[in-house]
Amino acid sequence: MTRQAEAREGQWRRLPMIENPRLRWGLVVGLAVYLVLALASVEVNWARVAEGASRGLNFIAAFAQPDFVSRRGDIIDGILESLTMTVTSTVIGVALSIPVGLGAARNIAPWPIYYLCRGIITVSRTFQEIIIAILFVVMFGFGPLAGMITLAFATIGFMAKLLAEDIEDLDWRQVEAVRATGASWWQTMNHAVQPQVMPRLIGLSMYRLDINFRESAVIGIVGAGGIGATLNTSISRYEYDTSAAILLIIIAIVLLCEYSSSHIRRWTQ
Amino acid sequence: MPVSTSPQGTPIWRLRTTRSQWLGYLGWLAGACLFLLCWKVISDNTMWVFVEDAGRQGGDLISRMLPPQWAYAHRLWKPMWDTLNIATLGTLLGIAMAFPVAFLAARNTTPHPLVRSAALVIIVASRSINSLIWAMLLVTILGPGVLAGIIAIALRSIGFIGKLLYEAIEEIHPTPVEAISATGAGRMQVMSYGVLPQVMPAFAGISVYRWDINIRESTVLGLVGAGGIGLQLNAAINSLAWNQVSVIFVMIFVTVLASEWISARVRHAII
Repeated sequence: MTRQAEAREGQWRRLPMIENPRLRWGLVVGLAVYLVLALASVEVNWARVAEGASRGLNFIAAFAQPDFVSRRGDIIDGILESLTMTVTSTVIGVALSIPVGLGAARNIAPWPIYYLCRGIITVSRTFQEIIIAILFVVMFGFGPLAGMITLAFATIGFMAKLLAEDIEDLDWRQVEAVRATGASWWQTMNHAVQPQVMPRLIGLSMYRLDINFRESAVIGIVGAGGIGATLNTSISRYEYDTSAAILLIIIAIVLLCEYSSSHIRRWTQ
Repeated sequence: MPVSTSPQGTPIWRLRTTRSQWLGYLGWLAGACLFLLCWKVISDNTMWVFVEDAGRQGGDLISRMLPPQWAYAHRLWKPMWDTLNIATLGTLLGIAMAFPVAFLAARNTTPHPLVRSAALVIIVASRSINSLIWAMLLVTILGPGVLAGIIAIALRSIGFIGKLLYEAIEEIHPTPVEAISATGAGRMQVMSYGVLPQVMPAFAGISVYRWDINIRESTVLGLVGAGGIGLQLNAAINSLAWNQVSVIFVMIFVTVLASEWISARVRHAII
């Protein structure tokens, strides 16, 4: 029976999301098989989970009364280090991402440079910040410098990719108009490309500033400076009230960053 | 009109008024000072002796990594399977939790403004905290293993999926919703027939996108003990077996590129 005939008898059914029935049922069966296989391979030590449950409750209770005071010095140092890493790495990363982004835009870069810059972007985007931080800590020693270089490197991949996409989408007529006046390459970049991508570049930098702060809270785990080391110590010492305080501070700063960056983005556009 | 006058009395057009130009310079100066101040704090906390031989250290590291010990790869299939499971099951769990939260957080479907702000708090808290931090917490609570990783990924995904989904819900067309409610449909029926079909493509796209990010994040969860290939990475780094580390890096690189390709294909097919 067709759908129309069924509908006339009050048997209407909505259209399925995937039209091809073979593909639809294939996906359902595949998903079911995968779930069975995956869940079977997950080993859970239930005795350990039951043991830890009280600790979980302790942790949730700690959020009700976070302890900002007893480790005040460590927390302030860590947060300041995180903030300085965030600022410097964003500035350096954005500055370096501009040439890489220009090189990775297919419409303005020659082939060899295009592939080189795309390669840099892929490597920087594929590996998590923390893996890169491990390598840089080995190279530059413990401390915020390794963290800053890590975040700057991650910023390059993020910003250059989006910048390159933006340049590839730009209004080509303006570039032609500037070129027709006999402008050199630099002048074309400065007067035709830069004004078109600038608002988005500022918006993205603000967004990346926010991401870099969040990441700076993590890379401290492997010794690259910032609040992460303090947080890691407090968690492994089961001082959940201090951890709760640090997490609340992180959430507050991220909120502040987001709020102000949305203002700045509205102001530039 | 932002003009100044030349000594001869002819007006000259300029891009900015004198005042806004000086404000711009002042802004740049303040930014540069902030940057230099931050740089000074960092450089004070850095042992420059270590930095001086960074080039040598880097060269040394690369020479230890090459050639990769390919025979080690066969011991990585199980951890890689665990990593994929952490990402996929974590994403599924995250979707299941983010779905109701998004409906509670969207202005046009929330039952009450107070519920809306509670849902927004959940989304913000989940988004601000990296999955590695969630994993650190959960490892101390649940013990090391894949389960902690799955839940960490799920908790981090709630915020991401919830935020994008509630924005999609707020942007739907009100007309189908009105049409469905005009037939006398109940609240859940309006949701299911008026709202859901409109956000389903966005929802599927967001979920696949998050799955792709989660694959990337689950490769490092093992560093804090939450299972997957990160455990092997941690073990290899701690035993200074850099030629095994490079094998793991290659595996991660290939997996992430493959997941990115799949996610791009699926999103392309949906949209």
